[in-house]
Amino acid sequence: MDTIALDIAIHLAKIALIFFVVLTLAAYLVFAERKVLAWIQDRKGPNRVGPFGLLQPLADLIKLLTKEDFRPAGADKWLFFLAPAMAAIPAILTFAVIPFGAPLTIQGREIPLQVADLNVGLLFFMALSSIAVYGVALGGWASNSKYALLGSIRGLAQLISYELSMGLSLVPTVMLAGSLRLSDIVAAQEGIWFIVYQPLAFVIFLISIAAECKRIPFDIPEAEGELVAGFHTEYSGMRFGLFFVGEYINVIVLGGLATTFFLGGWHGPLLPPFVWFSVKTLAFAFFFIWMRGTLPRLRYDQLMHLGWKVLTPLALVNILATGWWLMARELF
Amino acid sequence: MESALFYILAAVTIMATILAITEKHAVHAIVYLVTSFFALAVIFFLLGAPVVAVFEVIIYAGAIMVLFLFVIMMLDLGHPERARLPGFRDWWPALVLGSVTLASALTLVASRAPAVSATGRAIGVKEFALTLFGKYGVAVEVISMQLLFALVGALYLARKRQ
Repeated sequence: MDTIALDIAIHLAKIALIFFVVLTLAAYLVFAERKVLAWIQDRKGPNRVGPFGLLQPLADLIKLLTKEDFRPAGADKWLFFLAPAMAAIPAILTFAVIPFGAPLTIQGREIPLQVADLNVGLLFFMALSSIAVYGVALGGWASNSKYALLGSIRGLAQLISYELSMGLSLVPTVMLAGSLRLSDIVAAQEGIWFIVYQPLAFVIFLISIAAECKRIPFDIPEAEGELVAGFHTEYSGMRFGLFFVGEYINVIVLGGLATTFFLGGWHGPLLPPFVWFSVKTLAFAFFFIWMRGTLPRLRYDQLMHLGWKVLTPLALVNILATGWWLMARELF
Repeated sequence: MESALFYILAAVTIMATILAITEKHAVHAIVYLVTSFFALAVIFFLLGAPVVAVFEVIIYAGAIMVLFLFVIMMLDLGHPERARLPGFRDWWPALVLGSVTLASALTLVASRAPAVSATGRAIGVKEFALTLFGKYGVAVEVISMQLLFALVGALYLARKRQ
């Protein structure tokens, strides 16, 4: 009976820890992005609030919280209120299946550093990533504004374009690991990371998650040059903040997933596992910021072309090649 | 605990489905239907079928409903005032199908047979795949052929005419 209570307590502690770390990290990622972009563009970036501008996220939060919570007159009340949550919740829920460190052993009890070790963990991620688009689609539609509606239609078109190639690019990792369980996938990479066997799948996955993040070069639903701010044009204050933070949570979570699937998860020499996981995840976050500072935006028919005519066939060929290779390895 | 969860989820599923049918507003109906799929997915999970549960969300809530939403937004169908309620004559297919379903459900209740034998363990992906592509392999192929026909048909209708 005591062990059940203890189990629940440990689980709650892990969930609280993840919430705290991921939300703080997301806030500081906004700051990091502004700093890195400034560096790329030869500016100084935010440097007024606190030392080196380090308290900027706090100032942003206070600003967002004190702004008026505005709702357009023709908006669909309930969906308009619900949409920001629909965008942010799937992002943070995905973190439940990511193993972020080696299992700890405290007083003879083994504690896996993962909230839920589902045997369909990979599919769980796919499910949540396809759900995440509802926040964008319904938020834009409920705003009852043409820019927002165009943004949300583009968001839906974007999901249809990249989702398939993202799923197919993960099939080879499942074939190599022989399991959909994320802890098994990490365990299978103890020796050699999957990026060595599957560079093509890694590139396809990376492009697909960049599209999933809705960031430049794939920020087609927002496209501030053409659509004002796309699907969140009519949002203000903390509701806009939720969309915004959701996007950065997504960056962290997808970085964590790319780490788990291709870069060996928390495996690594010398440093403790948790540190390795954080370093790899943040490297992905940096890569996304770098990409934003470097590349122009695609048109949405270009993205559809890329997703359906380039990435999906490549991913299919890659699956066949992996199957052939696995069979050949067994035969000889 | 599990049975309490089941009844809550079952109630959510039924209510969301009824609302999805009666709601005049197409976009709202989709939101209700997605809710219903979600609750159904968790019911599958409780029954020890995590793979089916996840596919329910990926395929139905994720892919099909997203396409529905895309079409509704593209064609601008989200205006309830333009929709007309079906007349009584349009209802008979629903009535026929409904009564067949109701009759089978009543028979099942009367026979007191458990609708799903509770195995008490979760079915893994491997087991699921072996059954689906081994025992029911032909059925899967037939369905995929059918989808191919639909695809070719859509392509034919959407082709550019000279």
